[in-house]
Amino acid sequence: METSLVLLLLLAPFVGFLSNVFLGKQFGRTGSGVLGTLAVVASFIATVIFFMQVNSTKEAINIHLFDWIAMGKFSIGFDILLDQLSLLWLMFVTGIGALIHLYSISYMHDDENTHKFFSYLNLFVFFMIMLVAGSNLLIMFIGWEGVGLCSYLLIGFWYKNQDYNDAAKKAFIMNRIGDLGFLIGIFIIGYLFNTLDFVALKQAILAGNGTANLALIGTAALCLFIGASGKSAQIPLYTWLPDAMAGPTPVSALIHAATMVTAGIFMITRLNFLFELAPDVKMIIAVVGVFTALVAAAIGLVQNDIKKVLAYSTVSQLGLMFLALGLGAYEVAVFHVITHAFFKACLFLGSGSVIHALHGEQDMRNMGGLRKAMPVTFITMLISTLAISGIFPFAGFWSKDEILLTAFHGNTVLWVLGSIASIMTAFYMFRLMFLTFFGEFRGTEEQKHHLHESPALITVPLIVLAVLAAIGGAINLPGNNWLNHYLAPLFKGHEAHHLDNTAYMLMGIATVGALIGIGIAYSMYISKKQVPEADDKVQGLHKVLANKFYLDEIYMAVIVKPIYALAKFSRDYIEKGLSNIVFGFGTVADGLALQGKKMQNGNIGFYLFAFVFGLCSIVYYLFFVR
Amino acid sequence: MDVTLLLILLFIGAVATYFSGNAIASKVALFFSVAALGVSLALLNQFSQGTDISFSAQWIKNPNVLFALKADGLSIAMVLLTTALTPLIVLSGFGNNFNNAKNFYALVLFMAFAMIGTFLASDGFVYYIFWELSLIPIYFIALIWGNGDAEARKKAVIKFFIYTFAGSLFMLAAFIYLYQKAGTFKWDVLVGLDLSATEQFWIFLAFFLAYAIKIPLIPFHTWQANVYQKAPTIGTMLLSGIMLKMGLYSVLRWQLPLAPNAAKELQYIIIGLALAGVVYGSIVALKQKDLKKLLAYSSLAHVGLIAAGCYAMNMDGLRGAVLQMIAHGFVIVGLFFAAEVIYRRYETRTISEMGGIRQQTPKFASMFMILVLASVALPGTFNFVGEFTVLYSLSTENMVFAVIGGTTIILGAFYMLRMFQHAMLGETNAKMFADVTVSEGIVFVAIIGFLLFFGLYPKPIIELITPSIQEILVHVK
Repeated sequence: METSLVLLLLLAPFVGFLSNVFLGKQFGRTGSGVLGTLAVVASFIATVIFFMQVNSTKEAINIHLFDWIAMGKFSIGFDILLDQLSLLWLMFVTGIGALIHLYSISYMHDDENTHKFFSYLNLFVFFMIMLVAGSNLLIMFIGWEGVGLCSYLLIGFWYKNQDYNDAAKKAFIMNRIGDLGFLIGIFIIGYLFNTLDFVALKQAILAGNGTANLALIGTAALCLFIGASGKSAQIPLYTWLPDAMAGPTPVSALIHAATMVTAGIFMITRLNFLFELAPDVKMIIAVVGVFTALVAAAIGLVQNDIKKVLAYSTVSQLGLMFLALGLGAYEVAVFHVITHAFFKACLFLGSGSVIHALHGEQDMRNMGGLRKAMPVTFITMLISTLAISGIFPFAGFWSKDEILLTAFHGNTVLWVLGSIASIMTAFYMFRLMFLTFFGEFRGTEEQKHHLHESPALITVPLIVLAVLAAIGGAINLPGNNWLNHYLAPLFKGHEAHHLDNTAYMLMGIATVGALIGIGIAYSMYISKKQVPEADDKVQGLHKVLANKFYLDEIYMAVIVKPIYALAKFSRDYIEKGLSNIVFGFGTVADGLALQGKKMQNGNIGFYLFAFVFGLCSIVYYLFFVR
Repeated sequence: MDVTLLLILLFIGAVATYFSGNAIASKVALFFSVAALGVSLALLNQFSQGTDISFSAQWIKNPNVLFALKADGLSIAMVLLTTALTPLIVLSGFGNNFNNAKNFYALVLFMAFAMIGTFLASDGFVYYIFWELSLIPIYFIALIWGNGDAEARKKAVIKFFIYTFAGSLFMLAAFIYLYQKAGTFKWDVLVGLDLSATEQFWIFLAFFLAYAIKIPLIPFHTWQANVYQKAPTIGTMLLSGIMLKMGLYSVLRWQLPLAPNAAKELQYIIIGLALAGVVYGSIVALKQKDLKKLLAYSSLAHVGLIAAGCYAMNMDGLRGAVLQMIAHGFVIVGLFFAAEVIYRRYETRTISEMGGIRQQTPKFASMFMILVLASVALPGTFNFVGEFTVLYSLSTENMVFAVIGGTTIILGAFYMLRMFQHAMLGETNAKMFADVTVSEGIVFVAIIGFLLFFGLYPKPIIELITPSIQEILVHVK
């Protein structure tokens, strides 16, 4: 019974994928969407059942499906682990996943490949479940690479556009750079502990088996973090995520905001017992996290594409989560993952609603004043913006506050940097809101004429997510701390911070900071009615930010171009050279043969001479040399 | 029933195909290759029930040569690779019209015959004969039915023939030396010989030349890309799918057990060479304009990794290498076939002359994509199982090896996705691209089905090959 329900949870989206691949055209556009949605709903229901069960019994469910790969010293099973952590993740993966599928029925209705879209989306959910529910590192890795594949397929969904294909390819390759790190980490763990199973690994480490070589464990942790920074878009591997906005907006919401990009945080949380043995690596994680938060927020300040703003915001928020991880506050990171999933999914879907209403327009300079025409989109996005900006009592306030509180107790510099990132967040998010929904409409008359609120299939998911963005903080309110208690079996005694005066003071500072950010945005875009300049007019620091610190150009010049040059050089010169060496042997042989041929010239005199000369030589050798 | 039946069947098949006439030659060849697959599966069944399916009889009194065929798990796996791919390779030719089809398909079956002999032979002399025998059919296949300028083709094919033949002569010399010592060519006696360090060194080197050219390892690979490009696709499939595995198989079967100490001595140098091939092949592949040449260099990179696994000389390395030989055999045949399918419609192998195909034929695009993903070892495909095992074995030898070898997962994705993007995606191509035919579809589906099934459930293959690898390791340790 339990096994079959697990199989339902795991396979429902896969069945949805297969059905849509083979029969999608027959179902029609709506039919394939409904099928895809139902498949994810089925997984969601199964998840809820297991979630209730594990929440009450506190017993993890571990199921062995079959043997997969045999190694010399250990074997890797196809195993599923449903414990507190994986079920929590599955709740929002399948829950938000279902909402986004629902939304997509309307959003993707006019596309010629709707069934393909839903098949990829279902496949993504399937791999995401595998990533989260896998009981060992290698099953996680199947999911890990699988979601990367779906991300590739969906970024390049409109494959006629080679720019989109470039973005898709870039995402896949940059992820694979991280994946090599992940693999090396797996190798080291296998070598040290002779197991890749999470439960066995935790037992081994708690018992102190295989933990003698701390340097090697540190290396493993660092390699795993490289993997995490690829998937979760951290410095220096984050540049694929903003480009990934080439995909349809529901994809950005599901994959590049709410679920897949949190995989790195999931992995580190899953292996928290390992990272606890590597304090140096934790420090690196915290520093990389906070710098990513800062850099991405700074770039987000000046972006004019509504989805790009949200993309950089995602990178920045992920950075804050890594900050929490690096400080050992795993449950705090998880808390922010969840609230972020709510408000960021809502924001992306809201931006999709706007883009839809404007027939594909993404540049905020051509928007404005949309709140009257699109009240539901406006209000739901506003709620989520308040949440991400950390305004009391919205969800983001509680989770971000806990991160900053942890940072304050850990390292003041990290706290200051994290706070600056938060202030910038409040600014650019309200900049987005003001430019999009306030002032006068700056688009074409044609667009203005067609302005409309989106249909219910789009607004209902928005409303649900906005409600969650508003009250989602309730899962871990100070004093109650349900989430901390729920996750307690995973972590080795990490005390929740008490609501003391410091905490109140920090809340106050954070709120004031957010209000300052909002205030600046208000004065610039409401009071002074500024509209960002055309791209070629920006100068100085603004230009550097608008060009994302030229990181893409630097990677191009330092890595990609030299590889291409090397490839060309090898193709044109080394290959030819090597080939000529081989032919050289042939030429030498040919030459020798030619000389040999000359001797056989039919001249009896020469033969006689050679015969006598040879005879004399032999006689000389026999009598005088030996 | 023993393994000679398989050889007899394929030999009769080749003769029958030759006499069947051009009209039905391909069908006769298909019949015999399917029959050979059936027989090899029956033999597998007998073997797994513990029946001895080996064969041995005195062939020549002086020199003392036994016609000895030994079927252990490793040999059977390689035989099955051959008999499973041969029908697909024959079927893949159904869309072509070959001149003198009877000769062509007879040579294909004859080649399968010779390669199976190589995989089964447990007498050095017999092994050498089969090894060289397999070179003859592919020489004619590439020379006569190949494409492009006839002079350039002749040059490439003759180079290939002389080069590999010359390499093999060193191996023959080594066998003769061993025969002087042992008085027999029998595998079990030869690997039991007590050879001095110097003897081992030279024997290792002699075998190495033969295998390094055949596999090929850099810098002995210069014959490869041109021959792959110029041979007819069926020939390229035979070469890349099966024949280059002869070299890798022989490393495991002959070279390592015969000269284990020399192998250990030179281990790091050769693994280094093999891994250099991984990186070099991947980089050269990046800037190839010709699809078949790109696949040739991808093959160079992949076999480099397999070779590194072989020379890691531990359980995971050898096992991973064998798994990856099988996985690579299937995927590279599929990829070359995809190139052929495009060529049949667009009459070009130049990637920049393709593009915009996906819109016209989503089915073919999906199947090609899956093959690309298998080639870059996406988890869930059989290729991942092999690549992961090999890389893990390298990591236990030296972490640097795993990192260098692991670059294949980045660079592989780089050149394969780049190729796919330019060949398949983009604005719809103005030229019509007809959907895949039934026979084309069968080839793709069979290959993809194999790669996905064993990607999730490699256990049967792992269990088949493990005992024989253990036996080899006994001689190596």
